[in-house]
Parts: sequence; C-alpha cells; structure tokens
Amino acid sequence: MAIERILKDDASEEKGERARMASFVGAIAITDLVKTTLGPKGMDKILQSTGRGQAVTVTNDGATILKSLHIDNPAAKVLIDISKVQDDEVGDGTTSVVVLAGELLREAEKLVAAKIHPMTIISGYRMAAECARNALLQRVVDNKENAEKFKLDLMKIAMTTLSSKILSQDKVHFAQLAVDAVMRLKGSTNLEAIQIIKKPGGSLKDSFLDEGFILDKKIGLGQPKRIENAKILVANTAMDTDKVKIYGARVRVDSMSKVAEIEGAEKEKMREKVQKIIAHGINCFVNRQLIYNFPEELFADAGILAIEHADFDGIERLALVTGGEIASTFDNPESVKLGHCKLIEEIMIGEDKLIHFSGVEMGQACTIVLRGASHHVLDEAERSLHDALCVLSQTVNDTRVVLGGGWPEMVMAKAVDELARQTPGKKSHAIEAFSRALVAIPTIIADNAGLDSADLVAQLRAEHHKEGCNAGIDVISGSVGDMAELGISESFKVKQAVLLSATEAAEMILRVDEIITCAPRKREDRM
Amino acid sequence: MALAFDEYGRPFIILKEQEQKTRLRGIEAQKANISAGKAVARILQTSLGPKGMDKMLQSPDGDVTITNDGATILEQMDVDNQIAKLMVELSRSQDYEIGDGTTGVVVMAGALLEQAERLLERGIHPIRIAEGYEMASRIAVEHLEHIAQKFDFGPTNVEPLVQTCMTTLSSKIVNRCKRPLAEISVKAVLSVADLERKDVNLDLIKVEGKVGGKLEDTELIYGITVDKDMSHPQMPKQIQDAKIAILTCPFEPPKPKTKHKVDIDTVEKFQTLRQQEQKYFDDMVQKCKDVGATLVICQWGFDDEANHLLMHRNLPAVRWVGGVELELIAIATGGRIVPRFQELTPEKLGRAGLVREKSFGTTKDKMLYIEHCANSRAVTIFIRGGNKMMIEETKRSIHDALCVARNLIRNNSIVYGGGSAEISCSIAVEAAADKYPGVEQYAIRAFADALDSVPMALAENSGLQPIETLSAVKSQQIEENNPHFGIDCNDVGTNDDMREQNVFETLIGKQQQILLATQVVKMILKIDDVISPSDY
Repeated sequence: MAIERILKDDASEEKGERARMASFVGAIAITDLVKTTLGPKGMDKILQSTGRGQAVTVTNDGATILKSLHIDNPAAKVLIDISKVQDDEVGDGTTSVVVLAGELLREAEKLVAAKIHPMTIISGYRMAAECARNALLQRVVDNKENAEKFKLDLMKIAMTTLSSKILSQDKVHFAQLAVDAVMRLKGSTNLEAIQIIKKPGGSLKDSFLDEGFILDKKIGLGQPKRIENAKILVANTAMDTDKVKIYGARVRVDSMSKVAEIEGAEKEKMREKVQKIIAHGINCFVNRQLIYNFPEELFADAGILAIEHADFDGIERLALVTGGEIASTFDNPESVKLGHCKLIEEIMIGEDKLIHFSGVEMGQACTIVLRGASHHVLDEAERSLHDALCVLSQTVNDTRVVLGGGWPEMVMAKAVDELARQTPGKKSHAIEAFSRALVAIPTIIADNAGLDSADLVAQLRAEHHKEGCNAGIDVISGSVGDMAELGISESFKVKQAVLLSATEAAEMILRVDEIITCAPRKREDRM
Repeated sequence: MALAFDEYGRPFIILKEQEQKTRLRGIEAQKANISAGKAVARILQTSLGPKGMDKMLQSPDGDVTITNDGATILEQMDVDNQIAKLMVELSRSQDYEIGDGTTGVVVMAGALLEQAERLLERGIHPIRIAEGYEMASRIAVEHLEHIAQKFDFGPTNVEPLVQTCMTTLSSKIVNRCKRPLAEISVKAVLSVADLERKDVNLDLIKVEGKVGGKLEDTELIYGITVDKDMSHPQMPKQIQDAKIAILTCPFEPPKPKTKHKVDIDTVEKFQTLRQQEQKYFDDMVQKCKDVGATLVICQWGFDDEANHLLMHRNLPAVRWVGGVELELIAIATGGRIVPRFQELTPEKLGRAGLVREKSFGTTKDKMLYIEHCANSRAVTIFIRGGNKMMIEETKRSIHDALCVARNLIRNNSIVYGGGSAEISCSIAVEAAADKYPGVEQYAIRAFADALDSVPMALAENSGLQPIETLSAVKSQQIEENNPHFGIDCNDVGTNDDMREQNVFETLIGKQQQILLATQVVKMILKIDDVISPSDY
C-alpha cells in the first residue's frame, strides 16, 4: 500500500545521502563563489541589484557579496549567516570564514564517501579546532606594554587588511588614517564616532583625516561664515510651527481677524523660543529638525549661525565631539551644557560646501573624507576602510597579534597534523582532513595571485617544519618570505573567530541528515 | 462507498456530497493510519540519542532552522496528514508537560504502531490490541517506579542535577560544552526554585541570545537583561544602587480615551494651553525625581522635550521596554508597575545594585544589564554563539535542561538512561505477559518488543550493531539482575553500567513517555473510518 503523504503539497523532504549531498553542494558552491576574492590579489565582483535603477556595486568584501545573494539552499544560508556574524563581530575575515567552512565541508564530503560517520568527523574536527587554537595561542605576539611597538602592529594589521581591497595602491596612506582614527577612540569600539564622508572627485590619495568634525550642511543665508571660539547649542526640537501637543487641540475661529491674532501669537511663541535659545549666549545653533525661514531670520539677526536638518548621527557625533548636550527645552540656560570649538568655517571640498568644526574639546571623534573617481570606488573604499577600522578597534581591546600571509594556517595545520598522528581511531582521518582544509587557504591565496600554488605551499610546509619559522606567502614577489620582516600581521581575534565559527558551521551542516522544506508562502497576486 | 436503500430500493445519501469524499474503512483505514504514524516516527528516529543527527527545516519564508529537538522538528514540518498531526500533538504535549524526551515519545509510539500492524495482520481485533497495550503500559510504569532511585541533592550538593542535565544536553549540538551549560541551567533553576513547595516557576528564567562570540561565553546573569539602551545618548551608562521607577504611562501629554476637542479661538487660550503643556512635562519628570527614582523604565515612548528634561535632571531613562520584560524587572527589583504618575510613591520603586549598558561587536548593539536586584529570584541566561541557528538551537537545548532540572526538584526519582530503563521494562513486561490468558498476551508481548526499539535506535544511531548490542545488554541485565545496563552510546568502553557513566533521566519523564505514547496509539487503533474531502 502506498504511504500517504504526510507533508503538505508543495513541501519537500530529502533524506540521508541526498540531504547531505544537497548541503555539501550548496555550501561548496557558495565557497567557490567567494573564493576568488580572497587574498591581496583577489578579484572583485559586480553585483547588480534587482531593485529599481539596478544599482551596481563593485566589491570584494565577502559579507557584502553574500548579503546581496538570493539563496535558496539552506546550507548556503548557514554560511551566509556566519559571514554576517563575522562582519558584525570583528568586521574582517568575512571571506576567510566562508572559505574555511566550505573547505572543511569539502573534506568532510570525501570522508563521508569513504564511509566515515559524520559524528566521527565532527568529533575529529572539534579536537582539531581546539588544537589549532592552542597552537596559534602559543605563537601570538602581544605588545600591549609597549605603545610604540603596538602602534606599529596596528599599522601592519591595517596595511594587511587594506592590501586585499581597492585601497591597496595607497595602503600606507589609508592605514595611517585608520590607525590615527582608531587611536583617537581610546579603546572604545564605537565606530559611530568616526565619520566617513564621501565626495566624488579628486583621487583616493586626496582623502584625509580631519581632527575636527565636518558636517555635510550649508550655512544659512546671511549668517556668519566663520566663527571663532564658537559656543554651540546642539538641539533636537521643532523649529517649524511649534504645534500644541495636547491631544485633540485644534484651532477654530470665527473671523479673519482672529486668525491673524493667533498667527501673531504663534509667531510670538516662536520668537520667544528663539530668544530663549539666544539667551544661552551661543553663537552657533545646530538642530536635528527643520528650521523655518522665520526663526532662521531671527538667528541671522542675532548673528548666530543656525544649521538645520543635521541628521541623528550628525547630532550625536557633534554632541560627542563638542561636549555639549542635546537639548530639547530651553528654560534653564544656566544648566545646559554648551559645546565649544575653536573655529567654525565653511570649507570647500570639490564642489561642495561643508561646515568644518575645528579645535574641538573632546578629541574622541574625527572625520575621514574620502575622495575618489566615482561612487562605486568611494563605496568600496568606505567598506574597506570600515573593515580596517573594525579590525583595529577590536585589536585595541585584544592586543594579541599573529603574522599573516597564510602563516597562521600553516602553524595550525602543522599542530593539527601532529595531533592526527597521535590520535588512534577513525577520528585521525577527520583531523588530517582539518589540516588539509587549513592549508587550502594559503593555496587559494597563491592561486588567486596567479602563482604556482602547489610549489609554494610545498615550500612553505618545508619551511614550517623548522621551529619558530615566520614563513608565509609573499604575493608581491611570488615567493615564500619572512612575514615578520615583510610586516604582514593579522589580529588574533579575527583569526580565532574565523576558526571557531567556521568549525561550528561545518559541524552544524554535517549533523544534518534530513532537510524538510516547507511550501513557500504564497504571495498574493497584486495584478 | 456505503450506500443505504429505503424500502422502495432508492438509494439515500448519508454523507453530504459523498462522491467528492474519499473514505477508508476497517482494516484499510487502520493500516493507512499506522503507516502515516510510522512515517513520522521514522523521521525522528535518527535524531535520538547522543549521536543522533539533526534536521534542517526551511520555513515558508525561507528561514532555516537546524535542530534535533523532536517537538521543534514536528512543529515546523508543515504536516498535512491527520494522523501525523496527532503525532505532532503527542510530541508537543510531552514538551509542555515534561520538556524533554520529545523525540523518544514519538519513536516509542511509532514502534507500538509497527507492532500493532503485525498483530492486525494476524487477525487480532484492534480493541484487544489496545487493551493489551494499556495493561502492558501499566506494568511498565510500575516497573519503572520499582527500578527508580531517589537521589539526594541540596543547595550545596548539585552534582546529581548537573549530571542529569548533562544527559539531556549530550544529544544536542551544544554537547561540546555541556558541562558549563548544565551548571548554568542548574544554578538558574535553583535560584528561582521554591525548595519547600518543590515548585519552580520557569517564567522567572529568561533566556536571551545574541550572535557573536563563542558558545563558551554563555553566562548566567543574576538579574535581567533588556535589549534596549538609554533614551538619550548622553545619559550615564552605569548606575550604582539604582532605584527604578517602572512606568506604563508615556512621557507625553495625556490622550483621554473619550473623544474630545479643545478649541482654540482666542490668543489667550493658545497661550494658556502652551503653558499647561510645558507644565505637564515638567510635572511628570519632577514627580519621578521627587520620589527618589534614579532610573526610569517605561513601556512607552518619550516626547523629545520630556527626554531632554529627564536628561537635564540627571534621570536616566529607558523607553519602549516590552510588557513581559517589564514584569520580570518588576519581580526582580521588587518594584511595582505604576500606571500613572500620580500613583508614584517611594515604596513602589524597584531596587538594583548595578545597572549598566554594554555594547557588543562592531555594530551599535547595546544591552542593558540590571544586576544585584533586591529580589534575586529572576535570572537571565545569556547565550552567545557563532550564528543565528546555533543560538536558537542552544535556546531550545537550555529549555530542555531547565525542564529536566525542574522535574527533578519536583520529584527526585531518577531512572538510568541509555535505553537501560526501556530494556528493563521490556524484560518485566515480557515476563508478565505469560500470566495473562487470552489474546491480550500477544499485545503485551508486542509492547515489550516495541520497548526494545528505543535502545535499538540508540545503538543504530551510535554506529553499533543494533540487534547484537541489544541482545548482549539484555542478557547481561537478566544475568546480573541489574537494570542499569544500557547502550554504550559514547563509546566509553566495555562497561555498560549507566550508573557509572552517569547517564540519568527523570522518572516522571520516562513514565510520561510510555503513558502518552500508549494513549495516542490506542486512539489511532480505534479509528476504523477515515472520511476526508478528496482532492478535487
């Protein structure tokens, strides 16, 4: 007798080998997709959105690529998720984490084909991951004590991160920018305080870090264009018509003259409000909301610079840099903290006028102005810089540093190989596979650079056989080089996160032996 | 299709639109039902035990869930068959009642159905089978009580509880760090448990998750976390010895429920209204300040003006806190939820030793920790993990562990796991079967065989030879008259004594599994007619 259908009509079910194969195929397809972007000579991808205007993005940031994909395969979704988490958590290594997870699954597929139970593979992977982490931990360099050296470390990390991005031409310049910006944060990881302004025009080299704050706004007409020793009031208040907030209030009049009276009262109210604000003894007023012509005029009369429509972030940052508080009521001028800065002036970048606040009290925030040939270049530059900033701010908190250029992978692979030899039982196959997956990363880096990966990795392996070796792949010269001398470093935290999340994701996918897909929710036809 | 005829030989229609319905009757119906039930059980069978595999489920919206929790799998499976829905219900009721063993109960029911099918083929009436099962389940439950052991634990000796939670967690993906998680669960349950009344209110334990970090970073917070930040970016991020005003009224001008209109027709009215409005904001904030609050937690939003006034008076505030969280905060801090500003009094404020804001990762994510509360009975388990699916699965696993700990506090009897209890019951039921005259004897024997299927599935999932292992363990149990031998799933060694391997399960959980499975199977067996609308 035929077994009845248990699931709903469009739902599907895949079991055992088929399910596993679907996961492997999906995961490996994703890996192959982002694989070519890995390393300093990785290629970029063009993404065209399906939305209106078909906006185009050019990037080699793993997380950005994966985020924009429409994926149906559940295993692939797991990989996209880990890449997203990596982006949120440490900001860099988004491609590496997916590639490592994919390589782990590729190796696992071979083992499963050789009739090793997934659970055995998982327990082997776990042991290997632990061992790899410890091996890396033993070789970390921590320069927390020595500020000079630490700054050098940061510089190296920034250069390494940037070298795989579009900014690689001017990496020294940008690394310097990023390090300076992060050092100003003094240990906080709040990257909101670093503002990035993109202005097309000029070249990437013209980008600069500004110690003060730049607001992308214009100064109102007839108001001073330059203020020295500014006292700034940062506000979030309605400066259009200050509406009555009591519920249900409305104006009902019976003659035109009354309308005029009430209008007058409204104007009076606004004038009073402006007077109160002026009474704070300020010469610059920045509001998050709109400022109507009338109050603007009043401010102009009082010689106060009024800036409207500064967005939320702008206001918060401004409050942060100038040390003022964001005010919404103006009744007690003596107790409101005002912001201070030495000079406010209008500056020109390219064709646009911006307002520049310099000589600010608290040096925590700063602005990076990016210049570049096109929007695409600028967008990608921003993403690259963001990655670098994330990594640096994380490194400031966790100061451990490892070398780059495939060095950590080789160190880990060596330790894992050692472990495989000592482990009895079927697990050792899985452990060996783990080391192969680790070695795949330098292989891919070399391949992407158009080098002879087989030869290079073999050389690298031989080098690493010696104790305390610093060898890695030098993509520029296309040979094995000393990473310490070349100054290629990476943050330990990033490497650790890559290792752990990739293992976790691979484990998760391996454990699955059945995929049940529900019927997709029916969209109502809008036609 | 059944047709009836009246005395003139004309057919009458019994079922409305009967041509459009399919109908299965008698043995056909039973067989169809059994095969549907078995199909569901077969899906779950591979998830059983510490080496069980996971299932990946894709929801109608494309979200992916990876789990091996029976109840979750079945719930998300989009089941259409009626009998399969019964199985889903079965697993859900085990989840509500016990919280753990949701996979086992379905596997058990599936095995009972499989055995019933064979008996049906031999011509035994389904009701007789059902009765036999009923008798057998009673024997098994009694036997379980017989082999169960009490074990002692107190606030100081929590080791047994931890061990039991570890058994539960070992079948989940989180088994990598089952020990710390088990300890966290036990500590959480103990801190909210009422040991006198032997009751635990699990609502007081909040399980929160945030992606990032690693599983080992999961921690127990004696207090509450709220996924919110201070309403004004410049408010203090840390408050010592906070006195908390918990409000359910917004910092906004009142909105009377009755429809009304305030007409402004003169300039004076316009001005007074404005003054009133300002005074209103001022009063609200002053009221909070007057009673001595140092932190305001509000369920609703704030007006910009009110926000600044709060900031100005140095009164940190949190807005848009959900109702459930608000209640938990009230319980933890010993405060009262105040619905109107007028009713705010110093006694109604909650107290907490430390309130701090913590930020995560590179994004702007912030959370508020409320710790060292006046009443430390409410706790939060804060889970970290590599990705979203991992966090969700950990949440489910922790829930199971919490339930197990709670059950043990309610009733401290345990049985040994690893299939040993099932094997022992099977032996007892088998032995008892011979005493029953009549057809039921066959059903009881079949029940014993069905009990064997759980350890069999365990052995199979662990990569052992199922039949060989089972018979070895069974003979060992009889030979040494020791019900503690089970399947060595973890491949520890030759010694299969579950007592030494510290594999425990709760007695009530096991009993409930057998009873619930038997009930559902009885219900399915009693169905002899399935009428369903045919497809088209």
